[in-house]
Amino acid sequence: MAGEASKALSNDVLWGGGRSPFSISYGKMMMWFFLVSDALTFSGLLVAYGFVRHSTTEAWPIGEEVFRALPGLTGSYPLIYVALMTFILIISSVTMVLAVEAGHRMDKKGVIKWLFLTVIGGFFFVGSQAWEWYHFIHGSGGYITTTEGAKYWVQNDEHNTSDPANAKNFHLLRAENSSYLQGTKVEGAEALAIWEKRVNYVHGANMTRNEYGPAQYANFFFFITGFHGFHVFSGVIINLIVLIMAVQGVFHRRGHYEMVEKTGLYWHFVDLVWVFVFTFFYLV
Amino acid sequence: MERDDIIEYSLDAHHSEEAGKAIRKKIYFVTILLTVITCIEVVVGAYWKEWFPAYWNVVKLSFIGLTLVKAGYIVATFMHLGDERGNIRAIILLPYALFILYLIFIAIWESNYVNWSWNTFL
Repeated sequence: MAGEASKALSNDVLWGGGRSPFSISYGKMMMWFFLVSDALTFSGLLVAYGFVRHSTTEAWPIGEEVFRALPGLTGSYPLIYVALMTFILIISSVTMVLAVEAGHRMDKKGVIKWLFLTVIGGFFFVGSQAWEWYHFIHGSGGYITTTEGAKYWVQNDEHNTSDPANAKNFHLLRAENSSYLQGTKVEGAEALAIWEKRVNYVHGANMTRNEYGPAQYANFFFFITGFHGFHVFSGVIINLIVLIMAVQGVFHRRGHYEMVEKTGLYWHFVDLVWVFVFTFFYLV
Repeated sequence: MERDDIIEYSLDAHHSEEAGKAIRKKIYFVTILLTVITCIEVVVGAYWKEWFPAYWNVVKLSFIGLTLVKAGYIVATFMHLGDERGNIRAIILLPYALFILYLIFIAIWESNYVNWSWNTFL
């Protein structure tokens, strides 16, 4: 990139006063400092997640078993939906960096085009996350425990959790290991008899218990992806404001598109955080 | 009042059409790289345990490695940190790395101990 940062200047000139020794504007430097503090917050959350997961003696849920649904489809598609979300966010990051590049050429039309696509991508991501939360909270049927301490997964074709025993194709899966929704099938009158003897029926997820595993699992899911989703949402709003300013020609009159660069830094940071959330929450 | 003490570095941050072409080429390269890495991660993450049940821990470690590669490309190319002066790179990355490496170390150490305590005394 052209500009001050690539000029070879001696330390005497750089640190001699009257200029930024980092050859970076005040606004950009403050954005970087904010991003470092925000990165520390997100790292703290992910490390806390790792701490709980590593210290717990209960079985921890596995990402590719829990997240394997696609909207409107039945069947198992492990991680495909999350991968799609990741892809949307990466692409919107690319359109953002293309907007920054267009800004460096004072190409107003290019900035508007790429920023618009970035905003669209951001909305798609927030919408995908809303569906993911909906599905996570509703669950895939839940499980019951009996007086003997056995655990059965509750299944039916309608994902009905309010009255599952009367739903179509009601059956139970007797859980033999800690794997999510894995077990031997029990059907018909036998299944109904076990259902009537249930002590507990846990389905979906809330802050105190969930069908996937320890309570902290859902708590961390809500907090980490929620905190990230809040960042995405505010990023979309900021991008939208900058888009309107670009359309009005504010930056063109100013002579540079640095504001696009600064919001771009924030937007790329949101993508960067998602890369880590994707790895540590869904993959490993 | 007109301020004369602000240096507008951004006025120097323009580049030409040809330079833009080279930059866009780099952006597309990084895009393809990030997409390919993500696809590999998803396929391996979803099916490795069915195909080859062994070496899952090695796979997990390689996921962390691939994530760091992705993060490096995002920070260096998309966020342009690779184009900034070395001193700003250092004040962004070094304090962060110092805090987080220690945090990771102490969290692993302590969670091992907590896990051992629960397994031993409960």
